[in-house]
Amino acid sequence: MADIVLDKVTKSYPDGTVAVHGIDLEIADGEFIILVGPSGCGKSTTLNMIAGLEDITSGELRIGGQRVNDKAPKDRDIAMVFQSYALYPNMTVRENMAFPLRLAKMDKQLINQKVEEAARVLELTSYLDRKPANLSGGQRQRVAMGRAIVRSPKAFLMDEPLSNLDAKLRVQMRTQVSRLQKQLGTTTVYVTHDQTEAMTLGDRVVVMRAGYIQQVGDPQTLYDSPVNLFVAGFIGSPAMNFLPVTLESGLLRSPLGDLPLSDRLGSVLSAADAPRKLIMGIRPEHFEDARLVEGTDGFTFTAPVDLVESMGSDKYVYLNVDTRGGDTPASTDLAELAADAGGADLPEQNGLVTRLSAESRVREGADARVWLNLDKVHLFDPSTGTNLTLREEVAAG
Amino acid sequence: MNAKLKWGLLDAIVVVFALVPVLWIVSLSFKTTATLTDGNFIPRDWTLENYRTIFQTDQFVRALVNSIGIALISTVIAVVLGTMAAYAISRLDFPGKSLLVGVSLLIAMFPQVSLVSPLFDIERQAGLFDTWPGLILPYITFALPLAIYTLSAFFKQIPWDLEKAAKMDGATQAEAFRKVIAPLAAPGVFTTAILVFIFCWNDFLFAISLTSTEQSRTVPVALSFFTGASQFEDPTGAISAAAVVITIPIILFVLFFQKRIVAGLTSGAVKG
Repeated sequence: MADIVLDKVTKSYPDGTVAVHGIDLEIADGEFIILVGPSGCGKSTTLNMIAGLEDITSGELRIGGQRVNDKAPKDRDIAMVFQSYALYPNMTVRENMAFPLRLAKMDKQLINQKVEEAARVLELTSYLDRKPANLSGGQRQRVAMGRAIVRSPKAFLMDEPLSNLDAKLRVQMRTQVSRLQKQLGTTTVYVTHDQTEAMTLGDRVVVMRAGYIQQVGDPQTLYDSPVNLFVAGFIGSPAMNFLPVTLESGLLRSPLGDLPLSDRLGSVLSAADAPRKLIMGIRPEHFEDARLVEGTDGFTFTAPVDLVESMGSDKYVYLNVDTRGGDTPASTDLAELAADAGGADLPEQNGLVTRLSAESRVREGADARVWLNLDKVHLFDPSTGTNLTLREEVAAG
Repeated sequence: MNAKLKWGLLDAIVVVFALVPVLWIVSLSFKTTATLTDGNFIPRDWTLENYRTIFQTDQFVRALVNSIGIALISTVIAVVLGTMAAYAISRLDFPGKSLLVGVSLLIAMFPQVSLVSPLFDIERQAGLFDTWPGLILPYITFALPLAIYTLSAFFKQIPWDLEKAAKMDGATQAEAFRKVIAPLAAPGVFTTAILVFIFCWNDFLFAISLTSTEQSRTVPVALSFFTGASQFEDPTGAISAAAVVITIPIILFVLFFQKRIVAGLTSGAVKG
């Protein structure tokens, strides 16, 4: 067991592309940390550098206080679970799991004992003598986990270990991985592109984009206080709504109507360098059916209902609001988020997603009166993507 | 006539065309000298005399030993070298890689007949003429490109993740190759071995040019020297018998290794 420290770790390729730009990250002993981001953000490269499968161009990687930049993977004493599982097809489950121990020249009896124990933890005992070809996806995944845990390494690295499973199994395995990690208390670095997985699994989540770390924090912090547009849009499902707003004579002109400036927003925008054109971010749950919150502070507007999805516990209501107003400030962050969500293949998303209480009576096709919690909205600078509201909160706190 | 039948008929014609000469030789090898030229496909007079004759002549037995020895040694060396080279080509990025691939392709395409006279001179000077190494060396030269090409195609099919996994599990590069990659490449290795073995076994050109005595003469060459017990004896029956005998190792070789070429040996390694 050990802590892992990345000190200005950079990866660049001979052709000049830089996959990872000098990232700093300290992973505490026993911590479960998630690297998350869209494809091509450098998360897998980072993981491979920790594993030793890719060279570190510059910077320093320390595991347990020891510089390991030049150590071969086998000398780093870390185990890895691959997305493809990478089981040895010519060996049985038992042999697969015993492989690292056999390489370590461990005593035969001890190997057997350890394999049996790992198999028991992962409920693989009855499959020990099967070949990987005769196992289901979930079982293969567990064998891959088993191969990692048998030799009690300093750390686990997991490269999208659940992405090949079907949705239901993925949720089950997610819980199992989490429980296993807590039980073993081994430092774990987990790579995924699925923000739900990131939010549910990790002690801390590292959001990456284009080789830079965007934000590091526990899931709730990332959700409540995203530092920029990218993190705000990436974390959360359904995603945060973004609206173009303009500051004009003490009011925020938005597609929803003119919003009054609360004290909180007012102080943000009073800063000298605050831009006039902004992007406002609102999470779906910060809307409510106005009928249910009569008398509460906030802003109420009326909009036509496009679609209602009843989830039982809540209702997802899609409102027809033009969120792509003619003067929408261009933002690279938003463009990238749209691309990652497959936006290029879909008609442009236009409209608001709101999560209303199940008691709401809004109907498709009719107009709905919707309340908006102004205390929870975020304002972003469209040119840099920075969360201006957060800056104020940090300054105030 | 439907397409299936058409293709079936075409296939049958090809098979018959290929097999009739082989069956003819087999038939000849069982005929007595008197009935050799009677034109019957099925011998009227069955005899094993021809087989007895060829195994009684030192010439043939010695040539058989030479053939087996030379072909096996060449195959083993070519496959071992080829495996290592193909692995490097499919996995590593090293300077001169494309040059290496290009040169091996060039060798494979080079007409062998144009090399016979220079090789003859070189081997005479080097004292390799009419020795086993004198044949093994050119065989390896021509078999290696074949081996490298077949094997690198096989290596490319093996998921790279397996090798990474082995390294993470604590294996050195050599151990990863030996314990994980090589067993998976086995079908490819056996296929290559068969091809190389057949190439060496069937060669006539080098064997006749670079040997002069039965010390290293191989069977295809020895066959051409068959004369029969006396000048007046027709050696056709004996030649046929010998031809049948030298086909047997090839058939055995293929049958034996075919069992090892299990399709889909790599299934289950990664999500399929």
